[in-house]
This record gives sequence, C-alpha cells and structure tokens, in this order.
Amino acid sequence: MAISVKPRSSGMGILKTLLAFIPLALSVLVLSWGFFFIRDLQTAKENPVPQIVTVLLAIIWGVGGVILLYFTANFFIEQLSEKWMHRLQPLIFVGPAILMLCWALVIPAIRTIIFSFYDEASAAFVGPRNFQFVLSDPGMLIVFRNNLLWMVFGTVFTVSSGLLIAVLADRSRFESLAKALIFMPMAISFVGAGVIWNFVYSVKPVDEPQIGLLNAFVVGLLGGEPQAWTAFFQPWNNFFLIVIVIWLQTGYAMVLFSAAIKGVPTEIIEAARVDGATELQLFFRIMIPQILGTIITVSTTIVIFTLKIFDVVIVMTGGQYQTSVIATEFYRQYFTYNNNGVGSAIAVILLIAVTPVMAYNLRQFAQREVF
Amino acid sequence: MKSKTLNSLIINGVLAIICLCWTVPTFGLLVSSFRDRLDINKTGWWTIFPHKDWVSTEKIKPGPEVDRTLPMTFHGVTATFEEFSKGIESEGLRLKWIGNRRVGYLDVQEYTWTASTIFTVENYKQVIASKDYTAKLADGSTVTERGDNMGNAFLNSLAVAVPSTIIPITIAAFAAYGFAWMKFPGRKMLFALVVTLLVIPLQIALVPILRDYVKLGVNGTFLAVWLAHTGFGLPLATYLLFNYMSELPRDIMEAAFVDGASHFTIFSKLVIPLSVPALASFAIFQFLWVWNDYLVALIFIGASPTNQLVTQRLAEIVGSRGQDWHLLTAGAFITMLLPLAVFFGLQRFFVRGLLAGSVKG
Repeated sequence: MAISVKPRSSGMGILKTLLAFIPLALSVLVLSWGFFFIRDLQTAKENPVPQIVTVLLAIIWGVGGVILLYFTANFFIEQLSEKWMHRLQPLIFVGPAILMLCWALVIPAIRTIIFSFYDEASAAFVGPRNFQFVLSDPGMLIVFRNNLLWMVFGTVFTVSSGLLIAVLADRSRFESLAKALIFMPMAISFVGAGVIWNFVYSVKPVDEPQIGLLNAFVVGLLGGEPQAWTAFFQPWNNFFLIVIVIWLQTGYAMVLFSAAIKGVPTEIIEAARVDGATELQLFFRIMIPQILGTIITVSTTIVIFTLKIFDVVIVMTGGQYQTSVIATEFYRQYFTYNNNGVGSAIAVILLIAVTPVMAYNLRQFAQREVF
Repeated sequence: MKSKTLNSLIINGVLAIICLCWTVPTFGLLVSSFRDRLDINKTGWWTIFPHKDWVSTEKIKPGPEVDRTLPMTFHGVTATFEEFSKGIESEGLRLKWIGNRRVGYLDVQEYTWTASTIFTVENYKQVIASKDYTAKLADGSTVTERGDNMGNAFLNSLAVAVPSTIIPITIAAFAAYGFAWMKFPGRKMLFALVVTLLVIPLQIALVPILRDYVKLGVNGTFLAVWLAHTGFGLPLATYLLFNYMSELPRDIMEAAFVDGASHFTIFSKLVIPLSVPALASFAIFQFLWVWNDYLVALIFIGASPTNQLVTQRLAEIVGSRGQDWHLLTAGAFITMLLPLAVFFGLQRFFVRGLLAGSVKG
C-alpha cells in the first residue's frame, strides 16, 4: 500500500500551531492561578488551611510547574516547522536560565551600583559621598580590620589544618571514619554552629559551676577566671568567632587535599625515598609543589567565603563588641538604619573585592577548547 | 619495624585527638538537649559521665526553734550560718547550708562517684510546640511557656528547600544541555556570563530583588525564597552540569541525532539518565545550602511568624532567650537533623560534588 504524503498546507500549519499552543497556554493559566492562590494563603493574617496543606500545595505547584512549563513549551516548539523549531529551541533550553540570571543577579547588581551613588532614600544623587563615608568612618575601619582578620587567619588555619588532617588520615587505617567526623560540621548551618559554640563559650559568674566547656577548662584545670570570650575580650573575641569557621570549613579543605594527595604519583615519592629524603623534606619539597594548584583553589574559596561571612557573626554577637564585618554592616545599614546609599556602597565594595577572582575565572574559561 | 608501629601510633594518636576536638562541641550539644533544664544550667554536660563529686546523703531541716543567727551544731560540728554556707568538711563529709537563712536546710554530702543521669525529651516537646506548653521538670514542678513553633518551621523549611533544589537544577540542566549540544548565536558570550556570576556576592542583589517582591506582593512567601535561591544557585548549577554534560560521549549523542530523535527526547531520555551522578551531587549541595541558609530567609521571609524557617526560629531564640540552653540545644539539634541525615546517607555524592568544584559563596 502506498503512503500518500500530503504537502503541508499553510492553513493547516497555522491551525496546528494554534492547537499546539493550547497546552502551554493552559499551563500558564493554571500556574498563575496557583500563584495568586498560594501567595494569598501565605500572606493572609489567619491562614485558613493547616500549614502542611499549604506546604504540600506549594511544593507541587513549584516543582510541578517548572517541569510542566518545559514540557508544554517543548511540545509547542516541536509542532512548528523544522526551521522555526531549530531557531526557537535554544531559546527554550537556555532562555529561562539567562532570564533568571539577569533578573536575580545582573540587573540587581546594576541597580545596587546606581543606588550606591544616591542618598539614604535613593532619591537624590550624592556622587561618591557614600564611598567616602564607608572608606573613612572609624567604625567602618574596624569592620575592614575584622574582615582582614577573618580572611587571613580563617584561611591560613583552615588550609593548614585541612592539609594536616588529610596527610595524617592518608596514613591511618581509620581514614574514612576520621574524615567523616571532621567533615560532619559542613552539614551544620551557621546558625546551628553558632549555638554549638555559644554553648562552648558560655560563661557563668565566678562562684557558680561553669557549664561552658572552655570556661570549665580554664577555671577547673588552669585555675583562671571565667571569661566572656566573644564579648569583652577585645580584640581577641574575633578569633573565637573565626575558630567556628575553621571548625566548619576544615572538612572541605581536607576532602580536596585528600584527593589531591592521592593523585600525587607514587613513583615520585618512592624515588625521593630511595634518594634518602626525610618525611619532612618529602612533604615540603614533593607534596606541596605537587598539590599547589589545589592549595590555591581552596585558599581562594575560603578567602571569598570569609569575605562574605555573615551568619556566624550575627548569631554570636550581632556584630557588637567590635566584631562587625562587611556583610553584617551591610545588613545594619540597610535594615536597621534604612540607609540604602551606604548599604549599597558596602555591597559594591564586596563586589569589587571579588572581581580579581571573576577575572581569573573568565580567563580560565577563555582558554577552554570546548567553545 | 618497631619505628613503623611507633609512627602509626603517633599518627593515629594525633588524628584521634583532632577528631575528638572536632566532635566534642556537637556531642555536648546533643547530650545537653536531652538533659533537664535545671541540670543544664547548674552543671556541665560532661557530668553525665561518672566522676567524683560531693553527693548529698542527708538533708537536715532544723525546726523553727533553732536560732540561725547563733552557732548551730550538726554532726558534732558547731559553726555559724555563714561558715556552713561556705561548707565545712569533717570526717570525710561536707556540711553545707543550702538556700537562705530562714527556709534553707543543711546538706550532708559525701565525696564519691556520681553521674548526672536524668534525661528527658521535654526540651524537644517545648521547642516543637506551637502553643503554650507545660513542661515537667526533674524536681517535679511544672513550667508553662510558649512553644517555639519549631515543628511548623521544620515544615516551612521543607517547603522552601525542596523546590529551591529542584527548580534551579531543572532550569540549569536544560541550559547546560543547550550550551553543550546546541548551536546558537551568542552561545559563548552567554556562558561567559554564567562564569562571571559564579562568585558574585549575594549582597549585591538582595535589596533590588526585595523591592521587586514588595511591588508584586510576594514578600514573605515561599515563592519569593525559591526564586531568589534559584537565581543565586543557577550559575554554579549550570557551570557544573555543563562540565559534566559536555563530556558525555559524542558518538552516543550523534547516533541519537541520526536516528532522528529531537533535542527534547535526547535530553530527557538520554542525557538526564546519564547525568544522574552530577545531578545528585549538586542536588545534595544545594539542598544543604538552602536548608542551612539564614540570610536569604531573613530578608525575603522576614518576621512573618507562620512562614519562618528553622534557621530563623533558632536565631530568634538565640536573640531573645540566649541563656535558655534547654531550648537552644534542642532547637539547634532539630535544625541539624535533616542535613546530618542527608550528609551521612549520601556522603559519597556530596564529596564528589565538592571535588567537581561545587563551592558556593
């Protein structure tokens, strides 16, 4: 039996296109109805349905919605003519991501840069006044000093303890257990870590038994006076906060170093041993140069991380007792003092601080062959 | 051979000490969360281990006829109220006046092995409760206080974390496929944008987004937080998934094209199943990040009491009742429950994600 192929008439094409568009249009309609419904449920003073119902509805709507939109949009595109399908398909695949990036990061960044040249209420142009304030105010200078402490000590101690543990674990039979224990804090939130360490640092009056581990240690074993470690012990209180981040991030450094150490060719190490190198020489002359790339990556990551540190400081001290850092000061200027200008200027300074890393990433990208 | 055993002994010893230091703070929190609230504030959590201390063996409550302003005699020891208050040791016993002069009593204590072994789940019940909760204490009394609504916050955190993980991964997977296997104008430029945004600090974007949300009336809703996390998580997700998908074997992909499969079919039937390891790694990472996030929730959910997340509730207890350790310890452990379960259950994927460069700022 012969199959007759009808040439596609243009009238049929348009009708088909319209029909193919229906699922997409319907999903958009249903989803926008869901949007208003859930929004009003959540913003209502007295939510009429139990929270668990709202939560389930919201999850189904959010996750299902995104997948539904991709499916229906693709269905629509695939009904179009070959030429249009090829033209529009990249738009469906890449478009949403680019749109989100522009809306959530690119445009806000530009707006923040513009705000940073305006006054508190973003009404009048004030030129570089906000930057002058941020870079000269004595309170701000303490903030920058603190961030510097975080970046230097946080990074040095995280990297060195991560490296030490990776090297030790590599030679131990209990490697996986030890690594899991060191790594565990990475799963804990900064707020949770703040509570854990607040408890370690907690202080009771001299005549009562200490319930904080550190003060119990100082009073019971060293015979000292109990201290409020994170408050009036300035400027050392910053270090007691930095310890928390070292505790949290060493696991990350350790995992990367551990993988890097295992990647060092055993022939090189064996050859050095045969030549009579001591273990220390082996470490500093062979191991360190071999994993230098990883050390730089880890250090950069932690420098950026400590530059943006926020939660730990807010939970431990609220930025008081001269422990404020750039990100907490940003929050205070915006939301406590309602000063959009200075708040934006601080955010712009954070952005400027990471531009070298951005430039480096871009250069690496330009050298890649995939593109 | 002897030096080898010594070496491994030193290595394992040092490692054990480090591991102990790393674990003890969390362990102390866990133990304390199950202790009675009076105990938490009176003694260190380490007293749950057997240790030597003065233990009460007898309580003597003198009648009203005893004049407390004059020296008193107990167990053959005569001393003033002030001296008894400090505690007097005699014949292996310690006589200590507890409480004030009028209604206090004399405690006869013995120095012996003891351990604090009263454990309870009252602390957890109280932080989870949404309404007033009447807690029973170890000494038999009860206290009624407002619960901290952690149970509700736990649900909210789920409602935020699940979509905030799946939505960016879906969008990023499509985009990564597009960048890796489609040809379109501006492809390199757009991917350069993704790379640039990898380390951008969130602070730069928070306030303009907040203004958009206020205009749309979505501030304080889950949707607001999803969209923010989606935007902030996308650069890394796209970058990682692109790295993975672009390295899928070219011949498999070409064979599928030759068979006439469309991009959408190849993506959903071939590329997604092949990319499960990368998707899982990023999913775990993003889930932990969103669950543990405080800043984004603080700004976009704010003070709205019914929609607050676990990290917000916990931070609020720290702020308003920073010395109520029975609530803080139990609350902190509730926030850590799910991340720790995910972490220990899926550690392999998590490590793989880290090694692939999933480091987010």
